[in-house]
Amino acid sequence: MAAEDLNTVFSHQQSNLVQLAELSDDLFSSLGEKVFRPLDKLPQLNTPTILLVSTEEALLQQLVDKMLREDCASQLLVHLAKSLPLPSNVTRPRIDLIVFAVSLHSKHSLQNVQESLRQVDTSFFLGRVCFLAIGAGQENHCSVHHQTILKLARTYQSPLLFTDLKTEGFLVAMAQPLVRMLQICAGHTPGVSTLSLLPLQSSESPFLKDL
Amino acid sequence: MDTYDDSELTPSKSASSKLKEYSIGATPLQKRLESVRKQTTFVSTPHRKKILQCSQLQEDVDPQKIALLLHKQWTLYSLTPLYKFSYANLKEYSRLLSAFLTAEKHKGLAVEVGEDINVKVIFSTLLGVKGTRRDSEAFLVQILSESQRPAGKLEEKVLWTGWFCCVFGDSLLETVSKDFTCLPLFLVNGAESNTAIIGNWFQNTFDCYFRPLSINAFNLSWMAAMWTACKMDCYMATTEFLWSVPCSPQSLDISYTIHSEDAKALWDSVHKTPGEVTQEEVDLFMDCLYSHFHRHFKIHLSATRLVRVSTSVASAHTDGKIKILCHKYLIGVLAYLTELAIFQIE
Repeated sequence: MAAEDLNTVFSHQQSNLVQLAELSDDLFSSLGEKVFRPLDKLPQLNTPTILLVSTEEALLQQLVDKMLREDCASQLLVHLAKSLPLPSNVTRPRIDLIVFAVSLHSKHSLQNVQESLRQVDTSFFLGRVCFLAIGAGQENHCSVHHQTILKLARTYQSPLLFTDLKTEGFLVAMAQPLVRMLQICAGHTPGVSTLSLLPLQSSESPFLKDL
Repeated sequence: MDTYDDSELTPSKSASSKLKEYSIGATPLQKRLESVRKQTTFVSTPHRKKILQCSQLQEDVDPQKIALLLHKQWTLYSLTPLYKFSYANLKEYSRLLSAFLTAEKHKGLAVEVGEDINVKVIFSTLLGVKGTRRDSEAFLVQILSESQRPAGKLEEKVLWTGWFCCVFGDSLLETVSKDFTCLPLFLVNGAESNTAIIGNWFQNTFDCYFRPLSINAFNLSWMAAMWTACKMDCYMATTEFLWSVPCSPQSLDISYTIHSEDAKALWDSVHKTPGEVTQEEVDLFMDCLYSHFHRHFKIHLSATRLVRVSTSVASAHTDGKIKILCHKYLIGVLAYLTELAIFQIE
């Protein structure tokens, strides 16, 4: 075979090897490593941890401040992430509650949350996941219909909270229930488990219930 | 007394059947409360919509009057039903409104030296601008100024135009008593001051309420899909979208222009059921545009706000401004706007 032919064969093989390496990388990453499991780590003493997943990090920063200022016996740990999976090079404690925040003004945030939901293990959805819909009050700016997010929360059987993170009053009103929910999820509230939070879910077919 | 029907009907169908059951002895107020309650519990996303072409009532359409409605920028308002409005008294209303307008204009203003300008108001009906026979007849209000030109000729100029219409407003008509006329959509072209004066007069005379109608990004994307789906013989304008990116200090605007034929081709590849438009098709159509833009510019348009949509059929802005370009689809455009207006009223 001519030299050029050898070269092309070699480069083909090289590229194949590179592709294989990338594939195996993906394979490893899709295995348990990056899938969130609720009880795969031991809890730290007295530190309930909450993870907020959203593209709207700037808006959530204020909510985080309010939550940290809440009167709570334990020491709260709040993590903010743009999307899942989280980078694995950082050690973090066990996550007790995941809050997926969707801005109704941006379809991108909804798509981002839908992608991130796939990275979460199903056992998380027994009360350790909560959805937050931001900005439903400003009807003019909405590009996502509120029924879409309602359907999402219903599919994942998790509670859905509507809020507007721009006003002070709403921020405070949202921080408190989230902190209480977090305490329940971390097991810091005696006698109440995460399954007790199930009634907070959006109810099925209210039409039939009304009549 | 009232029997509940537990059959597996779709929500909207069972609502109307229940309304009929209630109507024996139910006052309009009760009917209204029922419909509002149902509106909030039902899925209010328009899952499927019919693409409307010309309405069946084309026989009595005045092409000149319709031509007045096209190619003009209209500002949208939603209007609650008018109490004791009668089409027979249009001349009377013209006189009263002219008097009111002149009085308002002279209130506190210095008398102008120079031309003698008289304003008069004309009410006229717009035949054929409605969806079903039950819809109230649309009517047009124009403010004309007559000025005496130096040459002695009387010149009439249209200063302000406003028209009221109702296209397929069945959901509103059902819950309103006989004394009320339902014309939920109000379109205005002209000076804001005149709009305020006329609005005041209507509010005082007919006990109704105007509210500016804004169109959110969700509805704009529906409009874009529906209007791109319309079959046109010739495309007068390119399809254009305008997005507003919220960033400090000034917001950025992104404008995306496509050839209408290409947009139609894209829609045809997405569209499946003939005669209907579904939520998934609209989402897919917009996602195609977003992903194409992202591939070239690495900007997520889905994170920005759709502000303006412009097609060969019509163009709409989120502030509630609309311009209709095609008379063939006038009824279709008005039907969707009427639905938005009714939704805002309720």
